[in-house]
Amino acid sequence: MSFGERISRILLSTPVLRIGSILSTLFGISIFVFLVLRVIPGDSIVGAFGIETGLLTPEQIAQLKVYYGIDKSLPMQYISWMQSFLSGNMGYSYSTGISIASLTAKALPVTIELALIGTILGVVMGIAIGTFSARKPGSIRDFAGQLFGLMALAVPGFVLSTTIVTITANKFHYFPNGYEFVRLWEDPWMNLQQMMFPGLVLGIAVAAPVMRTTRSALLETVDKDFVRTAIGKGVNARKVQSRHVLRNSLIPIVTMTGIQFGYLLGGAVIVENIFSLPGMGRQVLYAITKREYATVQSSVMVFAILFITINVITDLIYRKIDPRIKK
Amino acid sequence: MKRDPLKPKGGFYYYMQSTSGIVGAILLLFMVIVSLCAVFGWLPHDPLEQNVEFAMQGPSSNFWFGTDEFGRDIFSRSLDGMRRSLTVSVSAVSIAATIGVTLGILSGYLGRWFDQLIVRLSDVIFAFPAILLALAIVSTLGNSWYQTSLAIAVVYTPIFIRVARGPVLTVKEMDYVKVTRILGFSSLRILRKHILPNVTAPIVVQVALSLSWAILTESGLSFLGLGTQPPNASLGLMVSEAQSIAAFAWWALFFPSAFITIVVVGLNLVGDGLRDALDPARRSS
Repeated sequence: MSFGERISRILLSTPVLRIGSILSTLFGISIFVFLVLRVIPGDSIVGAFGIETGLLTPEQIAQLKVYYGIDKSLPMQYISWMQSFLSGNMGYSYSTGISIASLTAKALPVTIELALIGTILGVVMGIAIGTFSARKPGSIRDFAGQLFGLMALAVPGFVLSTTIVTITANKFHYFPNGYEFVRLWEDPWMNLQQMMFPGLVLGIAVAAPVMRTTRSALLETVDKDFVRTAIGKGVNARKVQSRHVLRNSLIPIVTMTGIQFGYLLGGAVIVENIFSLPGMGRQVLYAITKREYATVQSSVMVFAILFITINVITDLIYRKIDPRIKK
Repeated sequence: MKRDPLKPKGGFYYYMQSTSGIVGAILLLFMVIVSLCAVFGWLPHDPLEQNVEFAMQGPSSNFWFGTDEFGRDIFSRSLDGMRRSLTVSVSAVSIAATIGVTLGILSGYLGRWFDQLIVRLSDVIFAFPAILLALAIVSTLGNSWYQTSLAIAVVYTPIFIRVARGPVLTVKEMDYVKVTRILGFSSLRILRKHILPNVTAPIVVQVALSLSWAILTESGLSFLGLGTQPPNASLGLMVSEAQSIAAFAWWALFFPSAFITIVVVGLNLVGDGLRDALDPARRSS
């Protein structure tokens, strides 16, 4: 094999192509965010000063343009935004005067913790109810499981959250989110209480599709020849269920969980605002209401990066569970 | 009259075979009628009229769903809110379906760099959580109803691209399509006569599902204060306004929430029914 052939084989190998496609998607995302959030809204100056913009002198406007970095051409603005974003400097939040990077560093762990709790609850509930449903298709318990799936899909997270808050706070006088938010390492018990309800709301949203996928995957696998063979060989029923049926149904379930994670990040925007958790969702909404486009831009970018990371992790996990995918 | 057993059965016949499809159609029909009442102004009260002496009253013969803290009739507001949600969602999904299906078919049929470009673009949009992207777009566009529906349309276009592109890739390689190409038929004719009929089924199902997501997204935006603005009625906004009074006035929270849930359940069931009716493999007998 010549040197050139070897190089082209490395360049066309799956991991390299995969990384290449991730990087190009990230590049596309950054351009999209830049165009939608910086070019369309027009002026940060109008955003910051509102109708008082009319009172500014031309010199003041020119100075402000330099201050906000909008005096340069679009490609230059993009390059300078990317340069500072990649070096970890995302600019400042004008209304609070704190750097966006340190705001994000505080908010991101909250959202990640919430998302992990939501996913874990969702996967446990989804697989449990899905298995429960698939055991006897067409029975009353199957109907109950499917009804749960449908309701979990149809009742919006904000309705569920508002209902939970109303009931627990007013009937049981229990509302941990009324206190100031504490971090996991400061007071784990209080933190978990504050995360419980929002995590549950997100978990229910994740559980619905996971339950549906589990149910149909199980029903499909049960009919496969290798399951019949295992039963015929006299493997006990519990082992058939866990080693053969569930194991083979895991791949669609993992894929579905990965997809749901993205929706869950969206749900976090709503849930964090209702339960006053200082995560990325609240940061975005606060920035939008204050018209701080730099904060919105960076936070949305962080969300997208998080989402892509989840996709990569999902990919790695199912290479692990399904040896057939490995090359 | 007995039907001719040899006559092929239409899609409607198969649709009526599925229980979930029938239930879904009834729920959906109910919501459409309800919003038509709001369109024609057949409401018992003005949805915007404030009447402090009737504030926070429970459901009664005068106010079927009770009143909110300003004494506005929740029944009339729910109907008006449903009309708004449906208007925004239907226009959003129409835009998304038209653009998405066109791009998806072209991208699957033409292939090469065009396909690459379209797939990359939809990957980019897929990388954002739907509500976050809608939120970001609304924050820059503004939040009148057509701007909201435009934002939701952008979010759901890639799904239609994906749904339309998949079958085109398979059908394009089928022998009967290759034959038409050898016979010298124009691309337009092949697309219209041979490819389009093969992608309609998944698209119709997708329209029903996307409508339900669009309604959830719209009400989520309104809940966060970035959709319909007060004093106008919108289901999401009504839930948000009910937060402070729900402890004393359950009806203010319950009825708008029930409306959202019913319409979303209806659309999902209709989607299931359509999937069963349009997929020959799933037809029983």
